[in-house]
Amino acid sequence: MEILVCAKRVPDTSENEIELNNAGRDIERDDLVYSINEFDNYAVEEAIQIVSRIGGAVTVVTVGTDDDEEILRREMAMGANQGVLISDDAFTGSDGKGIATVLKAFVEKAHYDLILTGAQAEAGEAQVGGMLAAMLDYPFASLVTAIEVIDSKKLKITREIEGGNKEISEIDLPCVLSIQTGINEPRYVGMRGILQVQSVPIPTFDAAQLNLNPATVGEAAARVNRVDYFVPALGKGAEILKGTREEIAEQLIELVSAKGGLK
Amino acid sequence: MEGPAHATYWLVQGQSLFIVLHVLGTACFAFIVAKRLTPLLRAQADPRFDHPIQRLGNVLKFWLGQWRHPRYRVGGILHIIIFAGSIIRVIAAFTVLALGVSEGFAFPGLSGRAGPIYNLVQQYAATAVFFAMVFAVVRRLIFKPARYAVPARFGKPHTADAILLLGLIAALMAADGLFEGAKAAIETQRGIATEHLAVLSLAWMFNSAVVAGSAAVLWNLYLGAYLLHEFAFFFLLCYRPFGIQFHVETSLFSIYFAKLDREILKPVRWDVPDERLAEVKSFGVKTFEDFTWKHMLDFYSCADCGRCSDQCPSNAVGRPLSPRFIGIKARDYSFVHYPVLGPAHNGSPLVGNIYSEDEIWSCTTCGACEAECPLLVEHIDRIVDLRRGLVDDGKVPQSLQKPLKALESRGNPYGKLEKKKAEWTKLPEFQQTCPVKIVNGSNDASTLYFVDSVTSYDDRMQAIARATARVLHSAGEKFAILGPAEKDSGHEVRRFGEEMLFAALRDHNTQAIQNAGVQRIVTSDPHAFNALKHDYKDVPPVEHVSQFIARQVNSGAIKFKEAPADRVYAYHDPCYLGRHNQIYDEPRGVLDAIPGLQRVEMKRSRDRSFCCGGGGLMLFYEPKEEERMGVKRVQMAAEAGANVIVTACPFCMANIEDAIKVAGMEGKMSVIDLTELVDQQMVRTSVIPKEISAMAGD
Repeated sequence: MEILVCAKRVPDTSENEIELNNAGRDIERDDLVYSINEFDNYAVEEAIQIVSRIGGAVTVVTVGTDDDEEILRREMAMGANQGVLISDDAFTGSDGKGIATVLKAFVEKAHYDLILTGAQAEAGEAQVGGMLAAMLDYPFASLVTAIEVIDSKKLKITREIEGGNKEISEIDLPCVLSIQTGINEPRYVGMRGILQVQSVPIPTFDAAQLNLNPATVGEAAARVNRVDYFVPALGKGAEILKGTREEIAEQLIELVSAKGGLK
Repeated sequence: MEGPAHATYWLVQGQSLFIVLHVLGTACFAFIVAKRLTPLLRAQADPRFDHPIQRLGNVLKFWLGQWRHPRYRVGGILHIIIFAGSIIRVIAAFTVLALGVSEGFAFPGLSGRAGPIYNLVQQYAATAVFFAMVFAVVRRLIFKPARYAVPARFGKPHTADAILLLGLIAALMAADGLFEGAKAAIETQRGIATEHLAVLSLAWMFNSAVVAGSAAVLWNLYLGAYLLHEFAFFFLLCYRPFGIQFHVETSLFSIYFAKLDREILKPVRWDVPDERLAEVKSFGVKTFEDFTWKHMLDFYSCADCGRCSDQCPSNAVGRPLSPRFIGIKARDYSFVHYPVLGPAHNGSPLVGNIYSEDEIWSCTTCGACEAECPLLVEHIDRIVDLRRGLVDDGKVPQSLQKPLKALESRGNPYGKLEKKKAEWTKLPEFQQTCPVKIVNGSNDASTLYFVDSVTSYDDRMQAIARATARVLHSAGEKFAILGPAEKDSGHEVRRFGEEMLFAALRDHNTQAIQNAGVQRIVTSDPHAFNALKHDYKDVPPVEHVSQFIARQVNSGAIKFKEAPADRVYAYHDPCYLGRHNQIYDEPRGVLDAIPGLQRVEMKRSRDRSFCCGGGGLMLFYEPKEEERMGVKRVQMAAEAGANVIVTACPFCMANIEDAIKVAGMEGKMSVIDLTELVDQQMVRTSVIPKEISAMAGD
């Protein structure tokens, strides 16, 4: 099975202190470290596991700049067969639809049985997966928590819905799935793996190679534009439970039960 | 009188019978041993052929001298009796065997006056071995020391096999005694001059028992005892390579080839230098053949004594790891995959087959097992090698992936900003009294205080950093820190099997330290100390702050005021200060220099110290366990009558502080770092900073 995973490089939320820049429309990026969007990492792991079960290849694609090669190499070290970078100045300032347009053009150049995206990006709007499916006229399922390959034409997928319930569906291939974290346990990517793929060439495509009309992407085409960025004011502080250890435990159980956490 | 060689056994002449038996028995043994050596030939390289004098020294101390055996009193003394008896009896055993093929054989040099003297000694030796065996059987069956038990998850008990082997050796001793006793009785009956038997020895007792027997009975006993000896001997010889008794043959080699510098962690491949590591196709131990030949030899040498697991803190708190069975399971695996009969076949990866991932991650590398092992087995190296294999396959627990990734991108496991590395120095009241400089090449610092990453960022541990800085400052030391240029020492990164990440951290720090142009390094973290001392190259000499303080105390530069009378202190040896670097006395010396300080020792101290739960990445790992190591440790301190635990490691501090809360002993027990205590008790001319007076009042 040929699987394409669309990935994005984002500031690593666990390793940064996010602060607003002076203009107030973006975050301060000088001291940031980046990594692959966590959801996308689960999607790559899932793709690698499917391929190791039934054969095929995993391609990881990202729309970005040379800096974004870093995450492609990391995913190749993880076991993806190929990384592809789509990069063009014309893409700068694209909204979700613009990115989906770029990816659609790439998908149409090759053949993929299955396209996975993360359910959302940590710094994104959870738009691209659904839009890409619609543009390609592929079936789409979001927030997928398990994938079972039935045959070369069909998958059985599990989605987690409200309240922890599960919904199981069949979906025709080719299709687009957006992957929820927790679908698997992504493997560790060590320093050695990254060093080993350091010099593997990464194919790069620009707008012309994908036959994209620059007017359909980038800032000019964007119909969603960010106007502000703010950190919400701190709300009421945490509730501190008081009493003996047993009393605290009882209060905690009551609180959790009241919120539906215990049945 | 005629011996077994000239006698006839069921119409077969003794000499012919025994020549056949000896040739067959020896050939069989040689064949089995050759088969046992086949996996060693397919194993990884391990350079153990240097420093013969030092290695012979180890043989004299640990093999012939049985140095570590008495650490377990009863078992150790029994073993020494059996070992010494057997060594003494080597000539006697050879002579008895030779008598079967060479009538009237006498060992060269023992035909004259020396013979009877040696015989007296060897008869007592045989008697001692026999009764030691009887005692050992009784002990196994009735007293059942806990450390011999086999938990169900590791298979069936080993008792039957142990008793069979003990019984066979006892039978050998008895057969020899009966042979000699019957011979003397026959000689007495025939009026021939007979050698004096050692009074109260087995031979003497048998002689007394049978001396009144008829000539025919005596003759049959004489030949029967010899036959029993022959069969027991060769059966035992050929059976030994199938179990723990193989250590009789292999232990000498295991000790001779034992690692000489035990603090040097095994490199990924002994035969591949660091700069060529990229060429290595697979890291660590994944399949059995990835072990080095020495590790395989140690699997054979393990005598199943259970001391490693008895000392192992992971085992004590119910984690899945029992170091004893890392070896035993590997040995059993090699018996199955390299059988004596039939071809060898490679098997599946070891983890997932004979080991579980949790088992391999459970080890804190505290070294308690290695400090105890009478055969010098290298437990930590094999655990680290198994981890390297797991890391290479991406099988790292989720709880460790984030800190490892953060160490890669930020140089600390929390993923905190590099520019905040020196935030701990910026507490206003601290900064005023003890300004800490960051090296920039132009300041006059000759000493580098290597803080390490967890101490730099963890709220509680930062107090240890400040106390260290104050002590250095008060002692007049010109020191500075690397600040943002310092990354994690990588000590646990390496011990968790992420060798390449460690190498990157090491190279970065080495460069930063060299750029600092300092003459010496001081650190308050034993893990960083161990890394800088043993894992790094080309850095200035490194000292743990306890060594620095001890020197200042001895020279009179640091003086103390009276300790509080209501406190009883127990010093907890951090693994990487004590066991791994033999720094036991300096911290104790510092404590004892504080006037009026009451100090008690925990039962488990010095090289038997009990790990608090582990440092570095171990703080992030979520083990499967029944209770915390720290809780056990706190209870040990309470048992010793202490109400303050003094340690000299930020991780011990954190683990023990948590454990005091978990054990519900807040108010009854507290923990303090040695530098903090020194900081509190030091006589200073200047004003006492607020942080100290606050601590002193708690």
